[in-house]
Amino acid sequence: MTCVIGIDLGSTTTKAVILDGNGDVLGRGITNSRSNYDLAAAVAKTEAFINARFGLIEQQVQATETAEAVYLLRRAFVMEQLLHQLRRLEHLLLEEVDKSAPRHLVAPFREAIEEICRRITVEEETRFRAPPVLRSDFFRDAVGSAFMRIAEQIGDPAGVSFDRLIGVYDKCIIRVENEPMDLDFRDHIGDALSRVSNPRLADAVEFAVAYDLTPAATVGTGYGRARLPFPKEQIRSEILCHGLGAHAMFPGTRTVLDIGGQDTKAIQVDAEGIVTGFQMNDRCAAGCGRYLGYIADEMNLGLHELGPLAELSKRAVKINSTCTVFAGAELRERLSLGEKREDILAGLHRAIVIRAMSLLARSGGVDNEFTFTGGVAKNPAAVRAIRELVHENYGERTLNISPESIYTGALGAALFANRMVA
Amino acid sequence: MAEALKDRSMVMQKEMIANHFERLAQAPATGEPVVYTFVPGNLTELIRSFGALPVLPEINALQSGMRKLSGDYIAEAERAGHSEDVCTYVKCDIGMMRQGNIGPSGTKLPKPDLLLLSYTGCYTFMKWFELLREEYDCPTVMFHVPYQGDGKLEPEHREYMLRQLRDTVIPALEKATGRKYDEEKLRHHLTLSAMAEDDLVAVLQSGKLRPSPIDGYFGTVYYVGPIFSAFRGTQEGVDYYRALREEVEERALLGLGPITPEGSLVGEKYRLVVEGPPNWTHFRDFWKMFADEKAVVVASTYTKVGGTYDFGFRHDPSDPLGTLADYCSGCYTNLNLPARVDMIVNYIREYQADGFLINSVKSCNSFSAGQLMILREVEKRTGIPGAFIESDLVDPRYFSAANIKNRLESYFQMIDARRASRPT
Repeated sequence: MTCVIGIDLGSTTTKAVILDGNGDVLGRGITNSRSNYDLAAAVAKTEAFINARFGLIEQQVQATETAEAVYLLRRAFVMEQLLHQLRRLEHLLLEEVDKSAPRHLVAPFREAIEEICRRITVEEETRFRAPPVLRSDFFRDAVGSAFMRIAEQIGDPAGVSFDRLIGVYDKCIIRVENEPMDLDFRDHIGDALSRVSNPRLADAVEFAVAYDLTPAATVGTGYGRARLPFPKEQIRSEILCHGLGAHAMFPGTRTVLDIGGQDTKAIQVDAEGIVTGFQMNDRCAAGCGRYLGYIADEMNLGLHELGPLAELSKRAVKINSTCTVFAGAELRERLSLGEKREDILAGLHRAIVIRAMSLLARSGGVDNEFTFTGGVAKNPAAVRAIRELVHENYGERTLNISPESIYTGALGAALFANRMVA
Repeated sequence: MAEALKDRSMVMQKEMIANHFERLAQAPATGEPVVYTFVPGNLTELIRSFGALPVLPEINALQSGMRKLSGDYIAEAERAGHSEDVCTYVKCDIGMMRQGNIGPSGTKLPKPDLLLLSYTGCYTFMKWFELLREEYDCPTVMFHVPYQGDGKLEPEHREYMLRQLRDTVIPALEKATGRKYDEEKLRHHLTLSAMAEDDLVAVLQSGKLRPSPIDGYFGTVYYVGPIFSAFRGTQEGVDYYRALREEVEERALLGLGPITPEGSLVGEKYRLVVEGPPNWTHFRDFWKMFADEKAVVVASTYTKVGGTYDFGFRHDPSDPLGTLADYCSGCYTNLNLPARVDMIVNYIREYQADGFLINSVKSCNSFSAGQLMILREVEKRTGIPGAFIESDLVDPRYFSAANIKNRLESYFQMIDARRASRPT
């Protein structure tokens, strides 16, 4: 089957969406953008194809198997990918130790590295057998936190210290992230299948492996789009892609707000999803997704934990500063005054949305229906603030948020690709 | 701009400006009096009629911006206590003065014998001359032009201006130069002004052609240079605009597009109207972002800050002081927002533009205040979506190339998408 691909190279994450000839989504993939856009685009694309092939498996076994069985296979596959990368990381870590550690520490250093990697492997295998728990899908996040935790436990201040362990880790994780690796469907599906030991899936897997998915066109968008090895006609601005993507998800959309990592866009579209006007933040990036990332770092929380914590608030603290750095200072001051973390966080979410509201006003206001996209749309506290402020300023509006909203730009790009082959 | 350098008008302009700065440098020796004044509402003919030489501080500032000197000058002014939020032209000028007052052409600028403030809507100009008065300890005179808040001026407003010219401005010039007011001389300069203005308007209006032989913003800031600075009402000015008009008419005849930093633009794809001053520190890069996309600015408001000649005004030698009053009151900075909207709407229609863009400069309130309202109103009246970007005049810290380029590319693609959806 021929298909088309849309790639959105964002500042924080890179997304890919694959569509079939009818414009229906076959697969989606995401990865962290790292400092290597070319590789990020390749990884996101690979992930989208993996996702598409799992979709094929699901279709094949629909009559005989439950969705859980395929989901388990999927989890096994993800683990195989992770263990593969972990082995590579371990290899690089040992190499680095041989090269740069003081002579008398090489042996204990190697032992410590091997011990950490062994423990991570055990943890991952245990995790696989337990019910799924939400965590970041990216190798760097998953392995990074485990490595740090175990290094803290086994680090010896007088010998192979925590700092030494983290030092080599920092060096090697960048290399692992920036070299092409065999992480494709065909590379790991065999191992994943043996791990779940469910022979009833074998035929479907074989079908999915053999299934021909040939991309007929690719369109790229996002900040890194200039890095894509495509001719200019195959590059679209993220404004157009977000407009079209939001329209495809919710055809009644007239206003789109996208809060991404480093910019916020307010877009107006017509009944066909064609952009009729837009505004973006210019001289200052205050109020973007990075604002929340910075706050999460300041509070020693994961980005995905911010929203749910803020949701516990009963009384939002008023945060005046929209400057990211000043907001950090305000946060510490409020904490020292004894304000609750959740109340401060609720105030910070409101502050970022107030910034977005002025962009929306600048672009012509909020028309019905209103679609909220971008990574921040996954954050329940941000969504709540949007809902409240839109209601206060514009009255009743239908607010659309797709669980796949992070893929809006990539979806729009894929739709443009589809038009190229149509 | 290899091709542009071959153009006669460019060579002429370069020589004119170099000679002018040379004369300024020699002024302390030759005794030629020097009057500082600003571009909007400049009374160059009157200054010239007293045999004085004009200095335009904001032209010096933008030239410093283009020559990558403004960053240092602004830092110098900030060290002297001027805030980060102050108009960057002011800080650039003050910084330049503090570092020896070496002008854009490398020669020293003379001290003013008089600061002539023609107040045409920019409050900052008033504070600027207050600062310069402090630095130079020289006489100052203010010509107060009433703001066109209601979109027009009443006869008593005009009478108020004439009275000021007669009773305040002329006596101040007489005192500063030691020369008597000579109305015949003034008439002579005004006659020359009108001649140059006719030719300039022909150049500006060539933007209506398809393809446009000029860029009505990036190219035109060069074209308006002489008439906005020292050369209105001079023979050199007349000669320059005659030569420029001939060149532009020839380009039009040959069906050539405008000159850009990369040579002649072939295949005009987007026709834009631009509101707001350009960024000077990255002027070439900014221009290239348009030229690379084959976007031509067919008309702009900024190129009217020194006079809105394309709407019919000409200096009239038969009413020397009255015509100066009329000129000042019609400057773009002295127009209210509805008049600015009318002007932009008119440009979009008359010049068949398919887009319009606002370059908003936060530190320039006389432009940026009300720009979002202008944007909304123009969109409503023309049905054409506007683009909005932010940069600065001469502070290099406020030009974010990646963001601006991203914005412009998005805007051009939006125009494409709209065209594709509405086949003509």
